Amino acid sequence: MDLFGKTITELQTLIKDKKVSPPEVWEYFAQRSKTMNQDINSYVTLLEKPSNTNSGELSGIPIAVKDNYCTEGVRTTASSKVLDDFVPPYESTVTAKLKTAGYELLGKTNMDAWAHGASTETSDYGLTKNPWDLGRYPGGSSGGSAAAVAAYMAPGAIGTDTGGSIRHPSAWCGIVGLKPTYGRVSRYGVIAMGSSFDCPGPMTQSVEDNAMLLQIMAGKDPYDATSSPVAVPDYRSEMKTKRKLKIGIAREYMKGVEPDIQTAFENMVDLIKKMGHDVVDVSLMSPDYSISVYTIAQRAEVSSNLGRYDGIRYANNRAYFGQEAKRRIMLGTYTLSHGYYDAFYKKAQKVRTLIKENFKKTFSDVDLIIGPNTPVTALKIGEFEKYPFFGELMDQLNEPASAAGIPAISIPIGLDAKNLPIGMQIMGNYFDESGIYNLAYQIEQETNFFDVVKKGREKYK
Amino acid sequence: MSKYTPVIGLEIHVELKTKSKMFCQCDADYFGKKPNTNTCPVCIGMPGALPVPNRTAVEWAIKIGQALNCVINKQSKFDRKHYFYPDLPKAYQISQYDEPFAEHGYYEIQNPKSNSPKKIGITRVHLEEDTGKLTHTGNDTLVDFNRSSVPLVEIVTEPDFDSAEDVKLFLEELHTIIRYLDVSDANMEEGSMRMEPNISLMLVHPPSFGRPLPEGGRTTGLPFEGSTPKGGGMLRNLPNYKVEVKNINSFNFAKKAIDFELIRQAEILDKGETPAQETRGYDDKKGITFSQRSKEEAHDYRYFPEPDIPPMIFTDEEIENIRKTLPELPSQKRERFSKTYQLKADDVSFFVQNIEASRVYEDTIEYIHSDPELSKIPNITQGTANIMINKLPKNELNRAQIISMAKEGYIKKDTDLELMERVISTVLSNNKPQIEQYKAGKIGLLGYFVGQVMKEMKGQADPQEVHKILLAKLQ
Repeated sequence: MDLFGKTITELQTLIKDKKVSPPEVWEYFAQRSKTMNQDINSYVTLLEKPSNTNSGELSGIPIAVKDNYCTEGVRTTASSKVLDDFVPPYESTVTAKLKTAGYELLGKTNMDAWAHGASTETSDYGLTKNPWDLGRYPGGSSGGSAAAVAAYMAPGAIGTDTGGSIRHPSAWCGIVGLKPTYGRVSRYGVIAMGSSFDCPGPMTQSVEDNAMLLQIMAGKDPYDATSSPVAVPDYRSEMKTKRKLKIGIAREYMKGVEPDIQTAFENMVDLIKKMGHDVVDVSLMSPDYSISVYTIAQRAEVSSNLGRYDGIRYANNRAYFGQEAKRRIMLGTYTLSHGYYDAFYKKAQKVRTLIKENFKKTFSDVDLIIGPNTPVTALKIGEFEKYPFFGELMDQLNEPASAAGIPAISIPIGLDAKNLPIGMQIMGNYFDESGIYNLAYQIEQETNFFDVVKKGREKYK
Repeated sequence: MSKYTPVIGLEIHVELKTKSKMFCQCDADYFGKKPNTNTCPVCIGMPGALPVPNRTAVEWAIKIGQALNCVINKQSKFDRKHYFYPDLPKAYQISQYDEPFAEHGYYEIQNPKSNSPKKIGITRVHLEEDTGKLTHTGNDTLVDFNRSSVPLVEIVTEPDFDSAEDVKLFLEELHTIIRYLDVSDANMEEGSMRMEPNISLMLVHPPSFGRPLPEGGRTTGLPFEGSTPKGGGMLRNLPNYKVEVKNINSFNFAKKAIDFELIRQAEILDKGETPAQETRGYDDKKGITFSQRSKEEAHDYRYFPEPDIPPMIFTDEEIENIRKTLPELPSQKRERFSKTYQLKADDVSFFVQNIEASRVYEDTIEYIHSDPELSKIPNITQGTANIMINKLPKNELNRAQIISMAKEGYIKKDTDLELMERVISTVLSNNKPQIEQYKAGKIGLLGYFVGQVMKEMKGQADPQEVHKILLAKLQ
């Protein structure tokens, strides 16, 4: 049985119908991962054999998990040498839920160290290459997860999104990546980056796979006080009920976006109109505000969250921190210091409230907001150096949703002249992942995402 | 009159005896456990672990605030307080900065030497987590995280104390309150109640001069440098330095440490110098304080709202529901016991401080009042108190025994009076020459007669009563 390119949903059916056995599926992805990892470097750690004894919906499905999820007994580094030998004694809530559903942990994927970045360049374990062009970045910080799915080393992956870390590499690698509403998915056991922004989410080849994984991951967690008690709907059934949607476009989000991306986006807007949806212009606060808010608040939280790595109770000491982490610790410490707090952190919190209000108000008028996901497609390795605050620049269109805590997805909408994938972002109201999936699924049904996902993995057949 | 007035404020930490720790499900009772066996990913600060606040601890902190007449904030939140120390696993302590559960309270203390009660301002009551514990052995330092994240309530007073005696009085009263609320063992020796006084001396100005604010002088009651007081705390000019004393583990040491500090600071001020603003430790063996940390090393804690715990909103109803669970407080009980039972002040204090004894006492009195025979015994409320306080060991108090002793005492009293009359007559008739001398002016002999009667009575008489009868007879 040729498993190449099968979605998780398809693999589930094949396993259920006994067309293929879980060990065969494991062997297939383990082999591919092992071989292809030499070129792409998607994984920090690959597992030798399947280990889950639970059975359920995900039985026999190997999933790649970003290396910032604590996995009991499996080394977890967050791609930093500080945690080089760290083997967690406990399991994150998300991976525990996947485990209960029967998934197989395939490997721990590479990322920017501590999730600081949008390229995987800051990883202490080497950068991950973009499967579309090995001379380019996969985007980040969940670059290892995105590349693993794009090159079909894994049928699906889990990432985390703080300021675009799922959506950005999903756009650059041409896959489907969702940042859920803040609080929709538990952060327990996810190595904290910006605690008030961090959102675990699924990265997949299809919208249905994405919704299926979110269904398992979402919900109130007694171990995370910020997780929400809002009921989790049945995403897949809600997704498949075709809705006519009112969709907003914010021109503020077109600033500085490459022409190829603009064109692909405009074509998409035309298509959406043709599909019968109502498209209107909306005015949102400039993403510039979100970048400032995000940069200040996230750095402050980072400087606080990384304080625990003193090497006393586990792992290596702080001498092992890389440049980017040190920069963020310095900046965050500064903004929280006596005499600066009001000018930076407190002000940022006030603006953050305005951003939330701005989105809430807009969503009282439209169902969804769409826009390009990244200002450019995948950059060449080395170009990172040219941009201070590279991450913020690459994530300027992602950070507003992060600052507000609303859900947003990146879906492929075509290729640029360099044959690189282009992503479109769909943002929804708080806890309206269903609305986002509804439109994404309709577009997928209509266009098959212009075969972007298929083309990405084709050369790795 | 001394040239200086002491200005003393307190910071008191009380470890709550909740079932689980402040932010995880580990046992809050860490005492005597093997090091690092009472821990989990949350309380040792593992990567990815998150705090979930203990609801009971929050309610208890609010209760303490209510008992200290504080305003309970309808919105409150936790904040991170950053500093590096090996016993602080996350490199920040989850505490409360500008929105504590309770603030702007007061408590009245009554020093027996003073005519009127004194009002002590309570700046704030907030909740935080305890740290681990370091043990220094030779060149090594060992760290035990069993205590890490045990709930800790911090009570901050205004600098309203002007004597070590009042501080001790307040601490004893607070200790009683905490035990009434049944939220902590409040044991200073074991560290479940800890206190740190801030001490300085203020020059007493002649009234005509008023009190000019000295250069760089501070005003009252800021819990943290740089914070803005939300009203509360009267504004007055305070000395431009203060000394914090740590490692005090009993009420008596608190008094001794403060008294030592007051003398030390007065000596420095007498020389025309200003004592250094610093943190000092207390050495209970030598009875002295010693410098630990100077102001230059003061921390910038970089407080910011704890992003892992959403702000907490309380409705009026929720706050009132907590208030309804407050037991009768020591001050209320003191008033009720003196009014209802007409007891001596010392006896009232005994019952206020001994919760179990007061329960037995009230139960006994209720029983006595339901029995017409017993009710007839004169002065029974005070008599019962006397039996309980003076005649029975504290751990042997039970109603039946107290009542039988009260009856016995009453009957004995009847017979004894007759006996006493007889003994007095005998003693007087056997000491005719002494009576002559007494009547001639040697009144000191009265004590001799009392002694003789008491001897004959084998001590079973009230010497004052004997004294009274003798005095009358010898007229």
